Amino acid sequence: MTEEIIIAGFGGQGVLSMGKILSYSGIMQGQEVSWMPSYGPEMRGGTANVTVIISDERVSSPILTEFDTAIILNQQSMDKFEPAVKPGGYLLYDPNGITRHPERKDINVYKITGAKLASEMGNTKVFNMVVMGAYLKMRPILEYKYVVEGLKKSLPERYHKLIPLNEEAIKSGLEHLEEVHKLN
Amino acid sequence: MGELKLMKGNEAIGEAAIRAGVDAYFGYPITPQSEVIEYLTSEKPEERTGMVILQAESELAAINMVYGAAGSGKKVMTSSSSPGVSLKMEGISYMAGAELPCVVLNVVRGGPGLGTIQPSQADYFQAVKGGGHGDYRMVVLAPASVQEMADFVKLGFELAFKYRNPVMMLSDGVIGQMMEKVELGEQIPRWTEEEIIRKNPWATTGKKGRERNIITSLDLDPARQEQHNHKLQKKYRQMEEEEVRFEKFECDDAEYLFVAYGSSSRIAQKAVKIAREKGHKVGLLRPITLFPYPAKEIQSMLGQLKGILSLELSAGQMVEDIKLAVEGKVPVDHYGRMGGIIFSPAEIVEVFEEKFIGG
Amino acid sequence: MKEENITTQDIIAEENLVYKKTRLMTDKVLSYCPGCGHGTAHRIIMEVIDEMGLEEKTIGIAPVGCSVLAYEFMNIDMQQAAHGRAPALATGIKRTWPEKVVFTYQGDGDLAAIGTAETIHACNRGENFLIVFINNGIYGMTGGQMAPTTLEGMKSSTTPYGRNTKLMGNPLKMTELVAELPGTYFVTRQAVHTPANVRKTKKAIKMAIKNQLEDKGGLNFVEIVSNCNSGWKMTPTDANQWMVDNMFPFFPLGDIKVDGKKVKKD
Repeated sequence: MTEEIIIAGFGGQGVLSMGKILSYSGIMQGQEVSWMPSYGPEMRGGTANVTVIISDERVSSPILTEFDTAIILNQQSMDKFEPAVKPGGYLLYDPNGITRHPERKDINVYKITGAKLASEMGNTKVFNMVVMGAYLKMRPILEYKYVVEGLKKSLPERYHKLIPLNEEAIKSGLEHLEEVHKLN
Repeated sequence: MGELKLMKGNEAIGEAAIRAGVDAYFGYPITPQSEVIEYLTSEKPEERTGMVILQAESELAAINMVYGAAGSGKKVMTSSSSPGVSLKMEGISYMAGAELPCVVLNVVRGGPGLGTIQPSQADYFQAVKGGGHGDYRMVVLAPASVQEMADFVKLGFELAFKYRNPVMMLSDGVIGQMMEKVELGEQIPRWTEEEIIRKNPWATTGKKGRERNIITSLDLDPARQEQHNHKLQKKYRQMEEEEVRFEKFECDDAEYLFVAYGSSSRIAQKAVKIAREKGHKVGLLRPITLFPYPAKEIQSMLGQLKGILSLELSAGQMVEDIKLAVEGKVPVDHYGRMGGIIFSPAEIVEVFEEKFIGG
Repeated sequence: MKEENITTQDIIAEENLVYKKTRLMTDKVLSYCPGCGHGTAHRIIMEVIDEMGLEEKTIGIAPVGCSVLAYEFMNIDMQQAAHGRAPALATGIKRTWPEKVVFTYQGDGDLAAIGTAETIHACNRGENFLIVFINNGIYGMTGGQMAPTTLEGMKSSTTPYGRNTKLMGNPLKMTELVAELPGTYFVTRQAVHTPANVRKTKKAIKMAIKNQLEDKGGLNFVEIVSNCNSGWKMTPTDANQWMVDNMFPFFPLGDIKVDGKKVKKD
């Protein structure tokens, strides 16, 4: 198994930390992982994206031009990464702020109203965990117990009191994934 | 098995430095390697091991702080990225001349000048051919993973003290910024004063029970200076004999060879896979030491090869060392990207087919 | 003892000894020009190290300039630095060996031109070592070019018609400058052209090293205004007189900062 993921959105949406938690969860499950962010001035308030690879084998290139899965959280990222999903691959997006919805018919498309669900939970900061929950439902490559371990490893000790809230957000994502277009 | 962590290359090198019992780190911030000093300061190494961390006023000051502490027998390192490493070249040349051990990390970005903060491998010549003034060489280690970023700190210091010579780790923005899992070694205690004096009898630790020690790269007597240079050259030849390190993938039946180091080797490895799926017998040689260069290994493969493609994020620098090894016996070509652009595996295969297989 | 009966043996007899070269100077013949102040400055530092019993724990740093070979003459552990970088070396040593005694020995080009950043920042960080700054207003080793401390109107091989401050900038008072920084603890300016000045300089060096041993929390900075009879193209005695008449008015002698407090008003 090799899962090549791009997670893309605005800086501040928790894109990089979602990638980190997925990567740590992979390690906890005994897998090889890599996490490669965009960096530099483009990180300052603009878009942020990270490539995460989770694999049974040693990861070769950490930098990719096409992906098995794209998790897309703003319009710029939709324009940039919808074409980069491999035929037969997966695209997950939050329709919040999206003006042009995915158009490809050769990939699987799902959505999650992450921003809405997080705000209903009273904490918009767990937005990324709602989206991650939806991803885990769409691509069940990681066992839930390893995800919780990954979460613990990623968060500094002083934030461990927030783990139940994060778990609640992940579960919300698992429950609310919506299918938009599925290949047979 | 040691502790498994998910870390950036730049963080792993900081953690590895603390655990390797390094005495001091002197540095100056520059993208894309500022995480090294940020990580180190956040870890309070002064409490963990007594390691000294100091943000210097410039790269020049930082490398000369390294000179001073190394001259007094301490394990010291610094890190920077290309423009900053150019500034450090003065100090590195002096340290090579004065025969001082240290580890210098270059997280290479694109140049020339301020260039870009994106990854590049265009500092190969600077690292491998000397870089500063005078006839000198450094052992140059090219990590290709976060694990190697960590492991090469310990290895780097072993080689630095074995040869009393600077060792450079030539990394780049990809390896520095990416996170991977890394297994960290046990904490090695820092050397005691007694150990430093015993292991490094040449160091300026205070003239106690012996004649004075002098650390200098200066000798105005031409005959003695030539002797000194001969001694240095002998050391570099010994490195060539004893320190060549490389890794090979799919080379047993290879008819074509990709040669790539660091982050490029990761991309090249995937390109090998794609090329093989298309029926081309391609292998990959990954030099781990860029000086000394695995020239003999390339020579030993010439009988089976129809062509060699050097893959670098530069206009073609390492390709010259391949050509020196091959001596025209097999076609050698180069493919590279510049300006912070990174080639993709598919792109490499396309170029390979164009150059060696024909349309 | 009657004067006519004195023999060579009497003169060199131990009980008649009034002065001898400190054993912390090597027997190597000094490479400095006759009349130059460097030799005296070297000797003073080595005498202090010897008298304070610090030979086994002192590390000195030689600069680039006339005193580049200071390590040949000072019989202790020494490092030789790249031009201007001595304070960085000293920082590296002292930070990793806080219990050692560390000093740099630097000329005006080394300290106040190419090494300005290293000097200012070592002072500003309050590094606990001693900087000995020899200011003779000229680049001696390279053949008498202008230094950052060359006086207005003073001739050098690169200011053959005298230093024109409009074109070449003003002479830099580095010692007053570093005294302004909170990181310096003891800042003084001395000279070594008369026995009285030699005694004062020695006292200053001793004080600086004592401060370092007691870790008073700041850098100790001792400037020695010196001559360069070769570079100034004068006899040694004329050079000393010229120094008194011209250098001292611009670079006045005396303590500037003692125990972390400025003692001299501007």
